[in-house]
Amino acid sequence: MHIVDGALAGEVVIGGAVLAAGGIALGLRHLPLERIPAAGVLSAAFFVASLVHVPVGPSSVHLILNGLAGLVLGWAAFPALFVGLLLQAVFFGFGGLTVLGVNTVAIALPAVIVHYLFRRGVTQGAPLSAAIWAGMGGALAIALTAGAVGAALALSGAGFVPAAKLVLVAHVPVMAIEGVLTATAVYLAAQVKPDLFDTLKGRSA
Amino acid sequence: MGHVLTEGLHGPGRADGPLERLDPRARILGAAAFGVVTVACTHLAVLAAALALAFGLLLASGLPPGRALRRMAAMDGFILLLVLTLPFTTPGAAVFTLWGLPASREGLVLAAEILLTANAVVLALLALVGSLEPVTLGHALHRLRTPERLVHLMMFNIRYVEVLRGEYLRLRLAMRARGFRPATGWHSYRSFGYLLGMVLVRAVDRSERVLGAMKCRGFAGRIPLLHALAYGRRDAVFAVTLGAALLALCLAEAAHAAA
Repeated sequence: MHIVDGALAGEVVIGGAVLAAGGIALGLRHLPLERIPAAGVLSAAFFVASLVHVPVGPSSVHLILNGLAGLVLGWAAFPALFVGLLLQAVFFGFGGLTVLGVNTVAIALPAVIVHYLFRRGVTQGAPLSAAIWAGMGGALAIALTAGAVGAALALSGAGFVPAAKLVLVAHVPVMAIEGVLTATAVYLAAQVKPDLFDTLKGRSA
Repeated sequence: MGHVLTEGLHGPGRADGPLERLDPRARILGAAAFGVVTVACTHLAVLAAALALAFGLLLASGLPPGRALRRMAAMDGFILLLVLTLPFTTPGAAVFTLWGLPASREGLVLAAEILLTANAVVLALLALVGSLEPVTLGHALHRLRTPERLVHLMMFNIRYVEVLRGEYLRLRLAMRARGFRPATGWHSYRSFGYLLGMVLVRAVDRSERVLGAMKCRGFAGRIPLLHALAYGRRDAVFAVTLGAALLALCLAEAAHAAA
């Protein structure tokens, strides 16, 4: 999942860094100071979620949940997920330093896309229909992330194309799992705290 | 149990290395420069020298080397797939064949390049920046002109990641007390989904209490970041030494490219 330093072509690394910086700037602009604590604590919550391992047959996968992050955070997903990736790179050695931009775009851009496509469906209607929309969003976010990682690899050289295809195939079960988990998480949230998805809207606390 | 971010790195038995007393800003900028130079280099001998330099930084950092190396090995697990397929997918002169698939010399070299680069950068990053207290990292980034809101987001993340992991572990314990065993199947996945939904709901509730408490203490939109950092002679020596080493790497790379 994590791309490391030295694997990608220079153009891809620089392009990813520029896109990520733009996304982070936009995300921060969408974040009034009043909402910084909520965004920061949610950023920590998604960090914790990414440390959760879910069993798949004899093995296990760790969660990304960027679809759910997009539904809750919107554009703020860019800075919130970037902070998580930065801390993981610095303290855990996951991923790398120069590829932080590419990794941020691969995770946060799908989150923002899911936000625009599925937020309406998730915030309106009964918990069950919200869960179904959220499940589609959760699965789509992983598909887009795998596609972005695959594209970053494929753009860096013809020799990477088979590895890029393997990345896509390996993420099919992850897509299904993230879809189910996002759907059930939203099903619970829609019943327990329906205004969860308005946390970062202008509402005063 | 230490903080989730620094568990195992700041534990007991931690030695005090010469890098420990350096200005955090010098260490962050040093790690960034090291990363850019190493990624720009392509020659195997130069990359091996970079890895040796990173290892030297690790020894000087005072981190327990065994744990840092184990983290590096964990990262190698992520790229195993890429490194194993590259020799067979890169066109070039065949060196050996495995199950009828020829492995090219160019592919092997490329795989070795990626392995050396990735390990060198991660090791240098862990040694220079990963050895900081997370909060100090936030203060140093603020002094380096990182946008204030981004720094605040990071500080909240650092502060609450431990609290929320505790929340998550308590919920997991409660599930185990009710006989939950993680497995592959609908029941398991639904339970994990409810668990994560609950963590999110509690995170938002907590953030509202945090904001309330901050307002009660006069929060007016700014959080003062106190932490006096002084750039001294020791930091200048470090900067010059690391700069000279990185310049040597660049020159060696240029010499190989010209040859």
